[in-house]
Amino acid sequence: MKRKIVQFLGFMLLRVCLYLVLAVLLLFLFDIIRKGGGVMSWEFLTQAPRRGMTEGGVFPAIVGTFLVTMITAVLAVPMGMFAAIYLNEYARQTRLTRLIRLAIRNLSGVPSIVYGLFGVILFVNIFAFGTSVLSAGLTLGLLTLPWTITASEEALKTVPDSYREGALALGATKWQSIRTNVLPYAVPGMLTGTVLGLARAAGETAPIMFTGAAFFLPVLPRSLGDQFMALPYHLYIMATQHHNILKVRPLAYGTALVLIALVLGMNMAAVVIRYRLRRKRRM
Amino acid sequence: MSDLKVDVRANLRKRSAVKEAAIKAFFFVNGITAVVVLLGIFGLLLYTSVPAFREIDLKEFLGSPAWDPTSPEKAEYGILSMVVSTFLVTIGALVLAVPIGLGVASYLSDVAHWRVREIVKPVVEILAGIPSVVVGFLGIVIFGPAIAGIFGLSHGLNALNGSILLAIMSLPTIISISEDSLSAVPQAYAEASLGLGATRWQTLVRVKIPAALSGIIAAVMLGMGRAIGETMTVLMATGNARSFPTGIFQSVRTMTANIAIELGEVPYHTTHYYALFAIGLVLFIITFLVNMAADIVLRKYQEREQ
Amino acid sequence: MDERLKIKTESLNFYYGAKQALQNVNLACPEKRVTAIIGPSGCGKSTLIRSLNRMNDVIPGVRAEGRILIDGVDILSPRQDVVELRRNVGMVFQKPNPFPKSIFDNIAYGLRINGLRDRQKLAEIVERSLRGAALWEEVKDRLRDNAFSLSGGQQQRLCIARALAVEPEVILFDEPCSAIDPIATAKIEELIFKLKEDYTVVIVTHNMQQAARVSDFTAFMMLGEMIEFDRTDKIFTNPSNKMTEDYITGRFG
Repeated sequence: MKRKIVQFLGFMLLRVCLYLVLAVLLLFLFDIIRKGGGVMSWEFLTQAPRRGMTEGGVFPAIVGTFLVTMITAVLAVPMGMFAAIYLNEYARQTRLTRLIRLAIRNLSGVPSIVYGLFGVILFVNIFAFGTSVLSAGLTLGLLTLPWTITASEEALKTVPDSYREGALALGATKWQSIRTNVLPYAVPGMLTGTVLGLARAAGETAPIMFTGAAFFLPVLPRSLGDQFMALPYHLYIMATQHHNILKVRPLAYGTALVLIALVLGMNMAAVVIRYRLRRKRRM
Repeated sequence: MSDLKVDVRANLRKRSAVKEAAIKAFFFVNGITAVVVLLGIFGLLLYTSVPAFREIDLKEFLGSPAWDPTSPEKAEYGILSMVVSTFLVTIGALVLAVPIGLGVASYLSDVAHWRVREIVKPVVEILAGIPSVVVGFLGIVIFGPAIAGIFGLSHGLNALNGSILLAIMSLPTIISISEDSLSAVPQAYAEASLGLGATRWQTLVRVKIPAALSGIIAAVMLGMGRAIGETMTVLMATGNARSFPTGIFQSVRTMTANIAIELGEVPYHTTHYYALFAIGLVLFIITFLVNMAADIVLRKYQEREQ
Repeated sequence: MDERLKIKTESLNFYYGAKQALQNVNLACPEKRVTAIIGPSGCGKSTLIRSLNRMNDVIPGVRAEGRILIDGVDILSPRQDVVELRRNVGMVFQKPNPFPKSIFDNIAYGLRINGLRDRQKLAEIVERSLRGAALWEEVKDRLRDNAFSLSGGQQQRLCIARALAVEPEVILFDEPCSAIDPIATAKIEELIFKLKEDYTVVIVTHNMQQAARVSDFTAFMMLGEMIEFDRTDKIFTNPSNKMTEDYITGRFG
């Protein structure tokens, strides 16, 4: 009987842990949606900040985040897919392969600010791209690369070996079997995984702070060599660097809401696609 | 029958092994990039850090708590306060996140109905998806005032606030890896324990958690690596005072926050500039070691599973 | 045996890393006959048949010694084009492995990767291959359906048709009936019997009755060694080795 009570209390404690985590998440979302929703308007989404960023909207930051994420995708998505194809389809269990896998796992643990420092040296200075959309996008691209590799490899692993063997047994070359009988079934999964990676990249601040994001820039970037405003950096500024922080707090909430809607929207899209794919595969 | 054969033979001649080798080489180049980038990060950080030590004594850099590069009298470059602050905030985060994370993981693997698990897991992923700058913002607007109110402080931007936020951010990692390793414990262990008359709770605490321990340790270390390297949340929520930390209610400045604060204002190619990269290098090495350790534990664990 | 030999292995040794899976195997498969390989599980029969089209190459850390001659050419030679080899030596796997494409596209797959684009010719060969695998009548009205909509036995015959389409000279069957029901098995056995008119067939099976029914020659293997090789009727009525006799009379295995 005593043991039953202990078990009951123990399980209760575990349940409380779960409720605590869910409560924090709900508190976060509720607070942002309630207070950010207050300033949400067509104007907020389509206009530049005005009057020392005490009025107006976040349009340049939305565009900037979109552009920089595009550059990130151009670098990280194909490279991630190609690297994953090498690892899953070609690589044998050699010391070099183990080294590559070790490097990927370690890259995903490198702090984002360190990527920022690396971007400053490599892209801003050595390649002389300056502080720009390009430098920031490439920096984020490198940050995203280990995620896209891992996600793409997961997708390749879901393709049964019998598809590869079947093709090879019919006289397909290795590449023919991959191109015609592996990739068509892996690419949707690869894209889902990479969208998750890009969503995380879109929300990053530290890597773009010194590689291209601008404090305030009411015009849109005209080329990849220009500086840009970005939603996460804009939120940082509105929350801590503005000369009148309390006055612009509603605008900061609004920015947070737009950012979180963008990032979680991408996340959910990916999750929904993945769920659909899984169901389809089962049938 | 034979006309096809002619087609095929002709085609076989065209198809060269060279093309296949070139394709493989192309994918290999992409594969090896990860190694190049990792070595590149280390190499460039090292290369950019070295000039700092023409003026700074390495012992002072690592051992002194005084960091004041812009002092008019004597510039000081000691990172000890920041290193201690980083670990203070990180350990605080783990103290909060490990029991809660393990609790949630245990609940999901041993108590919850599978339907609950199917719903909760993506929800926890949502938590992982919240950008760190948003978490930092919420630290300012929610936890800051709450901490100030509860403990009677003038403001709540301190080490505790940073720890709470980092705990929240490392929870998804800890929950998901711990849950995986708990689920990977062979059913036979649990059945043996239950068969001896143990309750499910006893089985969980005395059999399953010990059996999954190395996976859980790896999860904790991965969460730790992430917390050490996290920038925006600590930058926004810990107050950033440069003094040596003496308690959790103090305002502290971590290594990451210091880089973020000063890199924007420092003139290029000064000792101060190089010193910031040296902090980056220290950060890189610390997180590298923590991640490697996690990796080794996790690998050992997986080997034993097989 | 005065038959013309299509496949011949000479002192074939095979290793998975340090583990030896085949020891000094000498197999001889006559042209346009069915050769069965039988033996308890783990005896190396799958390894042996998968060496004949070098399908084992895809497994890391494998090594083969000795010679495998097909029409007198050593296919283990480094100069052998494995792609051409596999086109010439088709294979049907243990579990039916249709691709997630339509029935038509499954059969056409091997032709398309070999560069055949002509639609009419494709259609012709697809029909001929399906007829060859005794599947045409069942699927002729649903060639655009997904191959997974077929039953297990039909899927296996589809895989046979797919192998026939690229016009190999040899077809290898790696326990083709282990995953399908008895009626479907009977159909496939009947088909194999017919295939030997045009092809050299090698079949691995754990089912001795099946070997007795379909094959002309039988090899009995144990622990990586070939214990006995002879005409099937001889093996099953009057084996010369005690171990073979024990196995076929069901004393072990």
